Amino acid sequence: MLKINDLRASVEDKGILKGINLEVKAGEVHAIMGPNGSGKSTLAAVVAGKEEYEVTGGNILLEGQDIEELAPEERAHKGVFLSFQYPVEIPGVSVTNFMKTAINESRKAKGLNDMPANEMLKLIREKAELLEIDRKFLSRSLNQGFSGGEKKRNEIFQMAMLEPKLAILDETDSGLDIDALRIVANGVNKLKSNDNAVIVITHYQRLLDYIVPDFVHVLYDGKIVKSGGKELAHELEEKGYDWIKEEVNA
Amino acid sequence: MDLKEKLVTSFLALENRVNVDSPIHDIRSEAMKVFENLGFPSKKDEAWKYTALNTILKHDYSVFPKQENAIEYKNVKKYFIHDIDTYNIVFIDGKYSSHLSQTTHDGIDVCLMSAALNKPKYRLVIENYFNKVASKESITSLNTAFAQEGAYIHIPKNKVVEKPIQVLYFSTGSEEALIHQPRSLVVVDENSHVQIIERHQSLTDNPVLTNSVTEIFANKRAIVDYYKVQNDNQNASLIDNTFINQKRESHVSVHTFSFGGKLIRNNLNFYQNGERIDSTLKGITIIGEKQHVDHNTLVHHIEPNCESHQDYKGIFGDRSTGVFNGKVLVNKEAQKTNAFQANNNILLDDKASINTKPQLEIFADDVKCSHGCTIGQLDESAMFYLKSRGIPQKEAKALLMYAFANNVLESVKIPEMKQRINKIIAHKLGVNIGFDL
Repeated sequence: MLKINDLRASVEDKGILKGINLEVKAGEVHAIMGPNGSGKSTLAAVVAGKEEYEVTGGNILLEGQDIEELAPEERAHKGVFLSFQYPVEIPGVSVTNFMKTAINESRKAKGLNDMPANEMLKLIREKAELLEIDRKFLSRSLNQGFSGGEKKRNEIFQMAMLEPKLAILDETDSGLDIDALRIVANGVNKLKSNDNAVIVITHYQRLLDYIVPDFVHVLYDGKIVKSGGKELAHELEEKGYDWIKEEVNA
Repeated sequence: MDLKEKLVTSFLALENRVNVDSPIHDIRSEAMKVFENLGFPSKKDEAWKYTALNTILKHDYSVFPKQENAIEYKNVKKYFIHDIDTYNIVFIDGKYSSHLSQTTHDGIDVCLMSAALNKPKYRLVIENYFNKVASKESITSLNTAFAQEGAYIHIPKNKVVEKPIQVLYFSTGSEEALIHQPRSLVVVDENSHVQIIERHQSLTDNPVLTNSVTEIFANKRAIVDYYKVQNDNQNASLIDNTFINQKRESHVSVHTFSFGGKLIRNNLNFYQNGERIDSTLKGITIIGEKQHVDHNTLVHHIEPNCESHQDYKGIFGDRSTGVFNGKVLVNKEAQKTNAFQANNNILLDDKASINTKPQLEIFADDVKCSHGCTIGQLDESAMFYLKSRGIPQKEAKALLMYAFANNVLESVKIPEMKQRINKIIAHKLGVNIGFDL
């Protein structure tokens, strides 16, 4: 699904990713953990195509195709989805209208006609139910005045609507209480299949109790310095990151 | 002959046609003297520092069109809000068009200025209100000198006018270049409520200059909602002068939507003569190419316990230029005034510019006055968010611009009007994004 080879990226000439290697196969869940400032969110943004980062080396292959030259919307059309840590507020554009636009633009890119209105409504209703989203919520302006939990739930709702091949969840657990966390994780688990893959970026092991990863990677100073199974997350929760920093610096 | 000389000569021609032995003509002659004396404003005048009129004054404008022109409704339907029932006062090249209009005298007067100025039954209203709040500076005086035609709207007390009133001015382009000077009067008596939509529309690319003056009187507890749609052709320019006199507990709002035209100058003046008055001034400006839009506002707080709300949003592309000059004047007696002013702008191109200048003169000591102006670009991280959902650059940009201007639309009370503005915005931004903006 996704293959990242020796990826290097910088912003304003400051190197942030310093040679990342990662392979994610269809059907897998990968967790990326690591201390603040290690480059986790940068990795997510670079895969999604954020233009302010400059890729200085290596490549990103999505289903074998190098996506480096593709704009963020083109990557989205190929099935990349990023759940944002800080979703942006769009006053005057309802959740429903926003999703209609996003879905129909993706269809347009694939040479398909707009989704018929009744089909769209049915899809929205079905996915809203999955994330226990109230119908009234859908007519509110996108992210405007949403609580932290509502924003994250709405991100996963968008993921459910867009049915990406590769979903990257960037600190989707931050700001969530335990009930919201359960709903969000439940949504992600239901959307998971053998044909798609999920990368979960998190500080805490807590989310990984709900979305159980196949692999856990530790990112530190722009590199993946340790990889393991789900038990690595428990070890990190218990011992913190200092022992890894020591190992790296030794 | 330059335009000023031409206007002076034309005034003499006018005097041969109208009854010069009337109080109205005394007002006209007086105003003509003021204009002769002052001439057109130049960049040396502080209030016109960023708006130069010389390029639009150089055309050889006809002052009085030589012929009457007719247009068919089907050709101009799109300029009307036509999906609801409205009163319409329509002018073609400055002349009243009865077949496009729907006026009334049934309990309210929705008719013509020419009638009001000449017929005895309107004499009292004209005496009490005509030229009573309009300023005496040069450009307004020029309009006063030629005041003949425009809309006359008088709503007696305790009437809620259910249908909005549309006032439309069309130019057919039958003259190589034409100067219009419509003059309108709106008097809304105690407890009455009226909604008015005004639009100036040129139907060809021949140059048109409109110097319009509207006086609005909102008496005790009256509610007036006024909408100005400015989306004219690239050779049409507009100097729009609006003067509003409010009595106690009245609410007046003016929304100005500026999307097209060569040069637009809006002089919008509110005078609060009473307590517990509410004044709202809002605007959305979206322009490009070499267009120019200047909003020059004044809110004069004269008595205590009143409010004013100003919110102007501007989006400037290409080499377009904008001006916002918002003056709030609070008299010493006007304690407990709440006056808010915001002007937010987005520049889409390096060559676009905006000059924004809040001007607060406060002589009372117990007031709440705030102002804020911002100039920025579209937020890159917001763009990334939309694009990461599969929305292409152009559509993402349009959504963000729409979101930026959105809160100005929230106070538009006619749903069809809001829809129309949304459509114009979508068209202006060149997008079709799966739902009506």
